Amino acid sequence: MVDPRNTQAPTTVASSDPVARKRRSKMKDLRKQPGFDTMAWICLFFLYGPIVMLVVFSFNDNRSVVIWTEFSLRWYVAAFENDGIRKATLVSLQVATVSTILATTFATMAALATTRVRPFKGQTLAYAVINQPLMVPEIVTAVATLAFFGIIKQIFNINGIGFLMLAHTVFCIPFAYMPIRARLEDMNLTLEQAAADLYATPVQVFRKVTMPLMAPGIVAGGMLAFVVSLDDVIITLLVAGPGETTLPVYILGQIRRGITPEINAVSTVLLGLSVVLVSIFFLIGNKKRA
Amino acid sequence: MTKTTHSMAATLAAAVAFAGPAWAEGELNIYNWGNYTNPKLIEKFEAKFDIEVNLDGYDSNEIMLAKVREGNTGYDIVVPSDSTVAIMIEQGLLAEVKPNEMENFKNMDPKWVDVYWDAGRNYSVPWQWGTTAFTVDTEVYGGDIDTLALLFDTPDELKGRINMLSDMGEVINAALRYKGYDRCNSNNEELRDITEMLIEAKEDWRTMDYATIEKLTSGDVDLSQTWNGAAMRAREQRPSLVYAYPVEGFTGWMDNAAVLAEAPNMENAKLFLNFIMIPENAALISDFAKYANGITGSEEFMSEDLKTAPEIVMPASAPAPDFVKPCPQEVTDMYNRIWTKLKQ
Amino acid sequence: MADLTADTGSTADRLAEARRQTEGAARHRRWQLLAPALITIGIFGLFPLTITLLYSFLSPGTYGGITWEFSTNAYVQFLFERDIFDDTLQFSSTYLSIYGRSIGLAFGATVGALIIGFPTAYFIASKPLEQRNLWLFLITVPFWVNLLVRTYAILLIIRDEGMINLSLMGLGITDKPIGMLYTDYAVFAGLIYSYLPFMVLPLYASMEKLDFRLVEAAYDLYASRFQVLRHVIIPMAKPGIVAGCILVFIPGLGAYITPELLGGGKELMIGNLIALQFSGSRNWPFGSAAALILMVVVMVSLIVYVRYSGKEGNGHG
Repeated sequence: MVDPRNTQAPTTVASSDPVARKRRSKMKDLRKQPGFDTMAWICLFFLYGPIVMLVVFSFNDNRSVVIWTEFSLRWYVAAFENDGIRKATLVSLQVATVSTILATTFATMAALATTRVRPFKGQTLAYAVINQPLMVPEIVTAVATLAFFGIIKQIFNINGIGFLMLAHTVFCIPFAYMPIRARLEDMNLTLEQAAADLYATPVQVFRKVTMPLMAPGIVAGGMLAFVVSLDDVIITLLVAGPGETTLPVYILGQIRRGITPEINAVSTVLLGLSVVLVSIFFLIGNKKRA
Repeated sequence: MTKTTHSMAATLAAAVAFAGPAWAEGELNIYNWGNYTNPKLIEKFEAKFDIEVNLDGYDSNEIMLAKVREGNTGYDIVVPSDSTVAIMIEQGLLAEVKPNEMENFKNMDPKWVDVYWDAGRNYSVPWQWGTTAFTVDTEVYGGDIDTLALLFDTPDELKGRINMLSDMGEVINAALRYKGYDRCNSNNEELRDITEMLIEAKEDWRTMDYATIEKLTSGDVDLSQTWNGAAMRAREQRPSLVYAYPVEGFTGWMDNAAVLAEAPNMENAKLFLNFIMIPENAALISDFAKYANGITGSEEFMSEDLKTAPEIVMPASAPAPDFVKPCPQEVTDMYNRIWTKLKQ
Repeated sequence: MADLTADTGSTADRLAEARRQTEGAARHRRWQLLAPALITIGIFGLFPLTITLLYSFLSPGTYGGITWEFSTNAYVQFLFERDIFDDTLQFSSTYLSIYGRSIGLAFGATVGALIIGFPTAYFIASKPLEQRNLWLFLITVPFWVNLLVRTYAILLIIRDEGMINLSLMGLGITDKPIGMLYTDYAVFAGLIYSYLPFMVLPLYASMEKLDFRLVEAAYDLYASRFQVLRHVIIPMAKPGIVAGCILVFIPGLGAYITPELLGGGKELMIGNLIALQFSGSRNWPFGSAAALILMVVVMVSLIVYVRYSGKEGNGHG
């Protein structure tokens, strides 16, 4: 065992000295905590178990999820031809996209205004308002929103999917806000001040320094908002109007009758799509960095 | 983008998002129970009248009622159960479209015309009717199944293998029937009695869920409180299931198609009500949902298994189905307390 | 333009004036930035809540809705039951036990998510930079599948005739199915499964900034692994822990579809209770009151969490 008292501060330059290399590899080991790796792998296994089962059995020829007969694409065809599923998926994607864009934009602006600044008057109030949707159980929001929208619809005589999108935006904002704020908090101002010292205008500082640094936070916030919107059941259940059935509402109805393999097929397709999308995102991100 | 382009884009988007059914000629919005409408029926209607039909689903009267009360749902047709129709008529939520003056009214089975919830049929048309009792796997339990004792005084083979409906009305009414008490009961002694009985019996139940078919066919339970049509569908996958007709009594219900007072497409809705009173079309509904309908002459268009199914054709020895009217508020309040206590 | 020939007094004044102006502009900009979020949530999130508060002090309408009659019955009903015979109030623990169970479940799910999520976030954060995005990606991918479908998949795996039991029985290890579904454990698993990313992502976000040289410095000072964990890693991950716990506990309190699916529906959660008041029970005031009481619970927990995070301070500023 290497005597710790002999250890120098680690250098970042790679040296070919065998003793130094041994020391460095031992140091990398020092990052590990006992049991953490195992737990992480268990976590991954736990997460993927049901998913893998879902994907695998969406290609199963018969309905069961425990008995495999043969490979078949029939459920994908059925899902595609199923009007209900198709419409529901489209509605879900529509609502989620609009809500995510709005929510992430608003949340970014709000995060910029509330982070890395000296405490200002009304700060706690602002926090409280932004996080308010998180503090209310969905069922309450759902009923309150239903009542409120009902009144608006009667007074102004307008209807449409905009109401649902608004409702989704409201609860997506805090979900987008949190990762963005976390990211901003950990960015200290020196880089931006340095850019300003170099005669960059505030707009330039924002575009070329702040935004790229914030980008991972914004992406994380956007992804979180998108997933939360796609998954929402209770609020949508009560607020949606004719033709606005989203996928989760449709699935909830189906679950009562035993989930059909078509739904597994749709979920797999959505999963595949998102994997592709996010991969593209990451590839672009990595390229920019290089 | 400049500020003006921004605001123009925003206004346009808002206009589209909120335009809603502005161009709604030739449309009909139906709000029905989930998985309760035959797609073939919709196609036939759409083809005949050149109307586009939007179908949305709910799975409880309560959710539908809550939405309709808030107003401006955009739906034309809803399909409430008997007691809910009574409530909605009283609250002025339904349009008096007078099916009794429509062309096909002559096809309605006379025994379904003067019903407690819509005497003379001024508001609604029968959709499906059925019974609610329970179904049990006779391979697991071989004894007499036509008694509610299976639910409240469970034999050993069935302990922990029972699903009850998560429905306050159905569970409490079943308990009242078992003890021989009245429905819409306000007698405190009796209510206390059934509360204790229910809490004890709950130990032997496994789940309380509306998803009865799924619970039965997946092997989670061997007995489930359920509706007759659902029992029939479950039996298709688990042939040893038998639908029981308890001697103590069981619920009868009817779902009815009705038009909302605020319906945007009133004329199309009336066309639809008239349409489903044609025997062939009523048969289409039954074939899909597997329940009986209220239109005479539809039997000749229904499939064989429906005509002979024990779930649809009641044995002569069975008591008449018990159609329960909505209870006064004080009674509902007490039932609520019992239900919450039961589920605490 | 500063007039260099002016005396120092007015330069100082002008400086102060300039500073006030930039501060004013900054404040103006700040509220402009905050405006969209605040307005959206204010109108469509907060205002409906005042409706709820209002409703909780009214009387139930027949068949649902409210009647405009002031009454505190809703709140009284929460703790007391009116005895039918002598009309006295008796303490009733029905609703308290429902709340207690939901709180316990949400708390258990939070702890579980923390136990699973903390090592996982650390695992990812300790990977070399190039690999981290990949791992993050792997962790979040499952959450792109719809929650209901995932929950149902868990159900299919653990039910009596589900994957686990069939495999065990097929391999001859057991001859009767193990009853896993419709138990509290199934509900825990389901809740943790639903909210795990809300724990891992914030944890990762704060761990990512962890400077491992501090860890190595601690080792240099003869710290054991456990001490390093306690005194270096956890304090620095504190903002993430707090955020993660909040994001799991609070939705967990209101969750009712997952517990219903996996728990069997024999017991009410707070969410079920409230939903029931707006549907079958037709007691909107009580539903509103129950909801507000829940929010009090939430706010108390938030205060507790925030105070806990504030105590150690953001030492790594």
